[in-house]
Order: sequence, then structure tokens, then C-alpha cells
Amino acid sequence: MRLSPDQLIFWQHGFITLNATIVFTWGLMLVLAVGAKLITRKLTTEHKRSRWQNLLEIVVTGIANQIGEVGLKNPKKYLSFLGTLFLFVAAAALATVIPGYEPPTASLSTTVALALCVFAAVPLFGIGERGIGGYLKSYVEPTFIMLPFNLISEVSRTLALAVRLFGNMMSGATIIAILLTITPFVFPIVMTLLGLLTGMVQAYIFSILAAVYIAAATRKHKPSAKAEPVPAA
Amino acid sequence: MDNMTLIAVASIATAGFATSVGCIAPALGEGRAVATALTALAQQPDASATITRTLFVGLAMIESTAIYCFVVSMILIFANPFWKHVIAGAAEAVAK
Repeated sequence: MRLSPDQLIFWQHGFITLNATIVFTWGLMLVLAVGAKLITRKLTTEHKRSRWQNLLEIVVTGIANQIGEVGLKNPKKYLSFLGTLFLFVAAAALATVIPGYEPPTASLSTTVALALCVFAAVPLFGIGERGIGGYLKSYVEPTFIMLPFNLISEVSRTLALAVRLFGNMMSGATIIAILLTITPFVFPIVMTLLGLLTGMVQAYIFSILAAVYIAAATRKHKPSAKAEPVPAA
Repeated sequence: MDNMTLIAVASIATAGFATSVGCIAPALGEGRAVATALTALAQQPDASATITRTLFVGLAMIESTAIYCFVVSMILIFANPFWKHVIAGAAEAVAK
């Protein structure tokens, strides 16, 4: 039984393989990029605008509001990265309605790649906000002994991001595949619905966790309040 | 029991054990989390957006431990390196 779309190979030449993960990722990229380009060709601020522009505005302002609520001061700066994460994982889950499609996030390669993007983005945004010294100093807070624990937590939460998304998407695909061989009529549809729901929740979780990590890295610490000297009576 | 049987029995038993035990604690934790979130919602309905969002984030973090156990079970059943090694050895022995 096939565990991941990595094993479904469409074309192979030497060591270059086109497996289902790559092809479906390209398909998603094409749909998202071409759709966005087509919709934003004629942006208008008039009262009467196309419904697609309305849809995109709802999506973009919704994501910006969520980023702002997490605690990031300037949501527009992080909107492109976090919004892309959310839209890619959500589109990968939603496209399951197309028969013959398997979500590329059901393969460990895709989820590890996304988690590595977050792993690289957190120091980049942190250094951009606080400077190299300020960002590196955050690793020795609250005391110097916490340095190895902070480093380990960076690596482990990246790994947790990857495995969480992979496990959720892979289990959805596997359960549908198993049920198709047992009760092929109604029950797989119910499980596909459940898979859609968990896919959307996992997309939200992935981007919110990335936003929380970036917020933790870019948070400027206020200087500790010193006690005011009591004015001599 | 020869090697092959031993590896098969150990893999199958561990796979079932991992998922069954590994789903108990996250379920208990999630139950407590949802119960507390409902209490908070009842006391402060205005903050329902924040509470709901934090609840979902917390549930995802708790769920990931169950997912780890599930992934280990899947690896033991479908991508078991010890089984592959033993099967390769048996195939060689038959080919000779």
C-alpha cells in the first residue's frame, strides 16, 4: 500500500524523477499564481467591484487581522510569507475534492520543506527587527543556562511542525484508501469530509504557529521597570 | 522462533501497542482543554474569538503527540527497515 505520493512516479530519467508530489505541487502553484494574476489584473477601489476581488480582499484582510492578533506589530510585513503558507496548505487540502488527486503535503518531503522555510524565516525576521546582537541575545534569556534548551526547542518545534502536518494529511489519505477497499460507497465520502476539515484546521495551525514563532523572535523586550525613587518629603 | 518470526511479531505488537497507548493521554488532555475553554467561554462570551483560536492552537499541539505515535505505527507496519532487511535476506537464500 502506498504511504505517500512520493512513490507514484510519472516519469523518470537518470536520477531525475517526476513523482506525484512534484506534479501536484506544480499544479497547485500554477492554479494559485495564475488565479491571483487574473483576479488582480483590474483592481479597483470603486464601490462596484468584481466578486473575485471581493473574495481576495476578504482572504487577505482576514489573514492580516489574524497576524495582528497574534501580536505582530506590522502585519503587512509578514503577510506575504504567512499568507502563502496558509494558502498553499489550505489549497493542497481543498483540492482533495478532485478525483485522482493526492495532497502533496501527505509526503514528508513537502512538510519538511515548509518547516525549513519557517526555520529559516524566524531568524531572518528576528534579525531584521532586532539586529543580530538583539536576536542572538534572546537565546540566552532568561539565563545563560537556557542556551542549549533554547537551541533544542528551535529544532524540535520545527520538526514538530513538519511531522504534525505530515501525520494529519497522510492519515487522511491512508484512511480513505483503506476504506475504499472495505466499504466503497458512503463511508469514504464521510471520511473525505473529515479530511477536508482537518486539512483546513492544520493549514490554520501551521500558519498561526509560524506567526507565533516569528512574534516571539521579533518581540522587543521592554527595559525592566526600576522602582521610582521616593521623593524626599 | 527464528529471526523472521520474531521481528514480525515484535513489529506488529509494537505497532498496535504504540497507537493504542499513545492515544489515551492526548485524548484526556484535549478533553480537559475543551472543558476549560467552554468554562471560559461561558464566563466571557466577548472573548470568544481569542478563546476559540487559542483552543484550536492548543488542541493541535496536544494532537501532535498522538500523531507521533501514529507515525511510528505506520513506519513499523509499512516502512519497517528490519523487516525489509530480513525479507531481502530470505529472498537471497531462496535464490541460491
